[in-house]
Amino acid sequence: MKITKEIVESVANLSRIKLDEAATVKMQTELGAVIDYMEILNSLDTKEIEPMSHIFSLNNVMRDDLIKPSIDRQEILSNAPDHTDETFVVPKTVG
Amino acid sequence: MMNINKMTALDIGAEIKKGNITAVDAVKAFYDTIESTDNIINAFITTNKAEALRKAEDVQKKIDSGKLTGSLAGVPIAIKDNICTKGMKTTCASKMLGDFIPVYNATVIEKLEQAGVIIIGKLNMDEFAMGSTNETSYYGSCKNPWNTNKVSGGSSGGAAASVASNQVPMALGSDTGGSIRQPASYCGVTGFKPTYGTVSRYGLIAYASSLDQIGPIAKSVQDCAAVMDVICGKDERDGTTLDIKYGGLLESLNGNIKGMKIGLPKQCFDKGLDNQVKNSILSMSDTLKELGAQVDYIEMSFLDYVIPTYYILASAEASSNLSRFDGVKFGFRAKSFDGVTDMYSVTRSEGFGDEVKKRILLGTFVLSSGYYDAYYRKALQVKSLISKKFNEIFQNFDAILCPTTPTTAPNLDQSLSDPLQMYLSDIYTVSANLAGLPGLSIPCGFDQSGMPIGAQIIGAPLDDKKILNIGFAYQQNTEFHKMSPKGV
Repeated sequence: MKITKEIVESVANLSRIKLDEAATVKMQTELGAVIDYMEILNSLDTKEIEPMSHIFSLNNVMRDDLIKPSIDRQEILSNAPDHTDETFVVPKTVG
Repeated sequence: MMNINKMTALDIGAEIKKGNITAVDAVKAFYDTIESTDNIINAFITTNKAEALRKAEDVQKKIDSGKLTGSLAGVPIAIKDNICTKGMKTTCASKMLGDFIPVYNATVIEKLEQAGVIIIGKLNMDEFAMGSTNETSYYGSCKNPWNTNKVSGGSSGGAAASVASNQVPMALGSDTGGSIRQPASYCGVTGFKPTYGTVSRYGLIAYASSLDQIGPIAKSVQDCAAVMDVICGKDERDGTTLDIKYGGLLESLNGNIKGMKIGLPKQCFDKGLDNQVKNSILSMSDTLKELGAQVDYIEMSFLDYVIPTYYILASAEASSNLSRFDGVKFGFRAKSFDGVTDMYSVTRSEGFGDEVKKRILLGTFVLSSGYYDAYYRKALQVKSLISKKFNEIFQNFDAILCPTTPTTAPNLDQSLSDPLQMYLSDIYTVSANLAGLPGLSIPCGFDQSGMPIGAQIIGAPLDDKKILNIGFAYQQNTEFHKMSPKGV
């Protein structure tokens, strides 16, 4: 699998990470090397194998629907880069 | 006059209980060492001396009045900087969280505080735990106390280096692919990654949630067991914690390993393994035989596949977990951008380092339409195969003994120029994460240049007591874990 410049640009866009020209070229080389290395997995026959996402079989973990105090709003907002007394502030999102 | 800095955590706890020293004495002694050595080692990102001394006084009162009786009451600990501490900066060694002050404690922090353990600072690590040398930290690399031209390992490099340099008797790290065991091996200390689901991840800033597990780094197996007894347990805030009886690790250690069957994976002794590391592991195997264990070679035919599988799965989960860093709710936000989408992109470009960006891109790639089946789904299938193979091994064996790492600690700057080589330093450790198994790294020798060598013991799921007991038996009969670097 060849990692093209277009793939890097598309994945960077999906990831919301801006890469300049030099960074794109560098990522193309490094991702290419890692993906090449991963090709070794193709030598394994896994046709009959179920993919395993959890190691231990987990059932839904349920809890009672109890009302509990939540963290204070002012405390939460104090970590935000921009906020009012009540909300997070972001640039205009709808034109 | 006893040297508090050289004592194990349990010994410090015992001396405090006897009234020979106080919690305040202990905290002061370790800050003295931090202040005189950390300009070189760089193990700490944040310290909180005034607060820690105040807490030590409180804890001492509770010990004196009999309210706190645990074996670690009054003993200092340091915490990897990806575990949330209320009111205390938690950076993940990233510019992205440079000013982040959590508004809640991780479950493990709550448990430590209830046991009267005193948190004295936050430890250096690879950025967002992504790296095997501690060199991807935004706050500079953490040096190896045995030779400061060498790396401390990663990602819990600060945790291993701080214990090795007597800056603190014990530390909490996290292990996604070897991040507790590998730096413990490089720094000549004991590190334990418990079975997945035994310790709550609530408040651990996620890298790869299906692999991440918190665990201790300390000077002995007993200290690690004592820490585990404090931090383990079902937590309703982490749905993956197991609802089982688990504690009592420390009291379970008896040093009797007679008749235990231990497997040495042939493939771990092939290509890529340093000869001195090999000889140390074989010599440890002889010691275990003398103690009554039966050691035989086993097949671990999947070894060549573990690193690709790990990087696909870990990067995929990371790409999803790290999407929360968008410059809105907490953390860094870029100064100049054009609209909200650009704010996300510029913030993430400026806030994340190169290795983190690479793994996010890699993870996004393996999850993206058209590539998902070939990479992500394939890796989940291989994970299933690996888990099955381990089950087969553990039907006939109690534990696996192998090196923790192929070599001793590399020189600084060596790995950054060859990222694939850095990835390979985790080849013996990642499979325990993929299969959720407990893994212990203990010191078992030194190479010709005096750098520590680590041995790894891996067990079946929930056989944590068994593998700790093997490590304990070994440490009862050897001195490697008692060695300290020169000048410490």
